[in-house]
Amino acid sequence: MALNRSKIILKNFLFVASLIPLGWLIFALWSDTVNGSKFMTADPVQKLNRELGDWALIFVIMTLATRPIAEVFNSRYLISYRRMLGLFAFFYAALHLTSYVIIDLQLNWDQFAKDLIKRNFILVGIIAFVLMTPLAITSNKKMIKLLGSKVWQRLHLLIYPIAVLGIFHFFMMVRADYFRPLIYLTEILALLAYRYWKNLMTAKSKAPVDQSSKSAKQSFYKRVLYLPRTIKSSK
Amino acid sequence: MLIKFRKPSDALTSEIVNKGFYMNRRKLLSAASALGGIALVSSFLPTANAGRPQFTTVKKTSWGKDLKPTTLDAITSHNNFYEFGSGKSDPKKNAHSLRPEPWRVEISGHVEKPGIFDFEDLIKPHLMEERIYRMRCVEAWSMVIPWVGIPLAKIIKQLNPTSKAKYVAFQTLLDSEQMPSQKFPILDWPYVEGLRIDEAMNPLTLIAVGIFGEELPNQNGAPLRLVVPWKYGFKGIKSIVKISFVEQQPQSSWNIQAPNEYGFYSNVNPQVDHPRWSQRRERLITGEGGFAALFSKKIDTLMFNGYAEEVADLYRGLDLYKHF
Repeated sequence: MALNRSKIILKNFLFVASLIPLGWLIFALWSDTVNGSKFMTADPVQKLNRELGDWALIFVIMTLATRPIAEVFNSRYLISYRRMLGLFAFFYAALHLTSYVIIDLQLNWDQFAKDLIKRNFILVGIIAFVLMTPLAITSNKKMIKLLGSKVWQRLHLLIYPIAVLGIFHFFMMVRADYFRPLIYLTEILALLAYRYWKNLMTAKSKAPVDQSSKSAKQSFYKRVLYLPRTIKSSK
Repeated sequence: MLIKFRKPSDALTSEIVNKGFYMNRRKLLSAASALGGIALVSSFLPTANAGRPQFTTVKKTSWGKDLKPTTLDAITSHNNFYEFGSGKSDPKKNAHSLRPEPWRVEISGHVEKPGIFDFEDLIKPHLMEERIYRMRCVEAWSMVIPWVGIPLAKIIKQLNPTSKAKYVAFQTLLDSEQMPSQKFPILDWPYVEGLRIDEAMNPLTLIAVGIFGEELPNQNGAPLRLVVPWKYGFKGIKSIVKISFVEQQPQSSWNIQAPNEYGFYSNVNPQVDHPRWSQRRERLITGEGGFAALFSKKIDTLMFNGYAEEVADLYRGLDLYKHF
């Protein structure tokens, strides 16, 4: 069917597009090595690490944005891209951690342990990554079947603490230039606020009179975390 | 304007300077006649001629003669100068709005003759020296920079401070038209810094006016900046407009921003970690980019950035953990 075809093409396009940041970084490094032109600045170690971390956070934000965008366009199939976006977030986070350990620390495990023990922003980042790992592992259909839908959904609620820890990690790292972290924080807060608002609207529409119903009494954080499905279309 | 007044007895600059890099533009008045012909020409050929006016007579010194300087391109494109943006590439992009000429420096406090001096008048009587120093940023990267400047001690001696002057305080230009990011409260503007009077009088401390034999580019703190090589780079305040001789320890901007992270002394010390990262090692930026820089080894940070012999005495008896 033509519609299925276009879905597949779009998915492939999204996959390739998600690799562009990495592709550009590799090209920039090669170009700097050969031409000395400074895409990656005079300190490529720091720039590379920073860019990879940025993209990890951007993909986390895109993952969180999938549902609101799908609801705005009222098309459920957009949600099917969420897994790919989430896995790319994990991918860039893994590269970010790898570049830190291999290139910055130069495999100095002693120093790595010291960095963790000092409880600084590295620890926050590591925790976020550790939380991402089970999400990455359980991302495919077999795992959903194995775990069962309810357990799987609860596990994947971890994306919220992951997003918050990621932003926190960024804030803790900068010296005074809070511009970019604030942008990311605003985006994440906006997405969470959307969920809260949507939950409230849905609850109100479902039980306008019966104020004692469960959906009317949900606590704040529950409204953010548990958003009932509202997309009618299955397209 | 920096105009060279040449006496008939002075040698022609073209006789002293290699014609290959003699540039027929603004020249600094040299003190060659006063000091009796000790001027040795800086034989540096910049790796990338930034097109800045060059100094004609610069005395070479033995500081850093065994160090390999970072490329001019890296030194002038990778800067922390938040007045022009907080990214490392921002100062080069945005510092064109700075007008380093004409420039005045206010000298105040416990000195014989306070007042407002033209920048040229402050440095005119002195011979430019070339000093190749390590520069260690608190962010754990470093460069080797061939500065052109005058020892601060010489300027201070000329100003003749009284015995009440225990500290020297510095201040950067405050002008959000020239320095656009001063519109945002990234730091408490204007940028301020300070030294103890003995630190200021140390032979290492330099008022830098150039790099690689050329005048300072705007992004490096034109027209004059402080260089204190045994301290973290942020102590090297740029685009100085005020020098005060004071009794009390002056404020420093990064100490205001985060007092638990940046102290007044900020001596390079591998044993005293920054609260959020270790200071034991550093990435030396040579100017080569890309994959080559990715896999270059980190180097151990040296106590007082390798200048312990010259400055350790200043801190004898001082608890360097407490007074970081």
